[in-house]
Amino acid sequence: MLTLSHFLILAAVLFCISIAGIFINRKNVLLLLMCIELMLLAVNINFVAFSHFLGDIHGQVFVFFILTVAAAESAIGLAILVVLFRNRDTINVEDLDSMKG
Amino acid sequence: MFEQIIFYSFGTMLLLSALMVISVRNPVYAALFLVLAFFSTSAIWLLLRAEFLAIVLVLVYVGAVMVLFLFVVMMLDINLARLRAGFMRYLPAGALVALVLAASMVLVVGGEGFNEIRESGLAERGPAYSNTAELGEALFTAYLYPLEIAGAILLVAIIAAIALTQRAKRETKAQNPDAQVAVRRQDRVRLVKMSSERDSE
Repeated sequence: MLTLSHFLILAAVLFCISIAGIFINRKNVLLLLMCIELMLLAVNINFVAFSHFLGDIHGQVFVFFILTVAAAESAIGLAILVVLFRNRDTINVEDLDSMKG
Repeated sequence: MFEQIIFYSFGTMLLLSALMVISVRNPVYAALFLVLAFFSTSAIWLLLRAEFLAIVLVLVYVGAVMVLFLFVVMMLDINLARLRAGFMRYLPAGALVALVLAASMVLVVGGEGFNEIRESGLAERGPAYSNTAELGEALFTAYLYPLEIAGAILLVAIIAAIALTQRAKRETKAQNPDAQVAVRRQDRVRLVKMSSERDSE
């Protein structure tokens, strides 16, 4: 018998994997974007699981909006990445220090 | 029993492909493993009777967003060796943080409190129940304004992405207000003195 905890644990582990991905791929902006997508996916699994187990459709509506915003975010992020690579010839985070941050 | 087989097989596939996404050397393979992760998630959502969202995940993410990722990965000529330089150095810290976080989150969500929430509502409806219809009903009544805002956000994203990446020079003819305001009388009007002539008729 599958319980709510099964799905929540799956999403939690997925979220932690993507956090580890952000730690170990901290130089590659492209992989950072992919890890953010994985994090949003983990959150969405939680929303859908709660929506199913509580019998409430509003969780799925929220997932719908998260998907919309995530698609817009990745489109703009990739556009910025392309412009960045065209201007600086690199996507290494350590080379992007012109603002002395 | 059948549900458990589906859950465990697709869950394992999801976690393994997520691990591959963060650890493979080539970004193209990372993008492809991300596609696999989205597919397994979509199967898990089908198990949760969220058919519409499962199909939207495959159509929008696998069909559009991941293709965009793959395009960008293949267009950029990245020096992989430099990007991978700190991989082993950050691995212990990242693994430690992830393990501690995973342990604490699993302790919370695996507890008795969440197990008491049994399947209700959505699960008990008969075969005539349509997830898509109910989602659409909610979207176009209670969530109508958020839906419009989501559409506007997508439009803004399209315009921003095009405006950012547009490389060609502007070929439209437009006024230059700066030059128009800065112009002087003597730049435009020239008074010429000349002797008057009679019409020769």
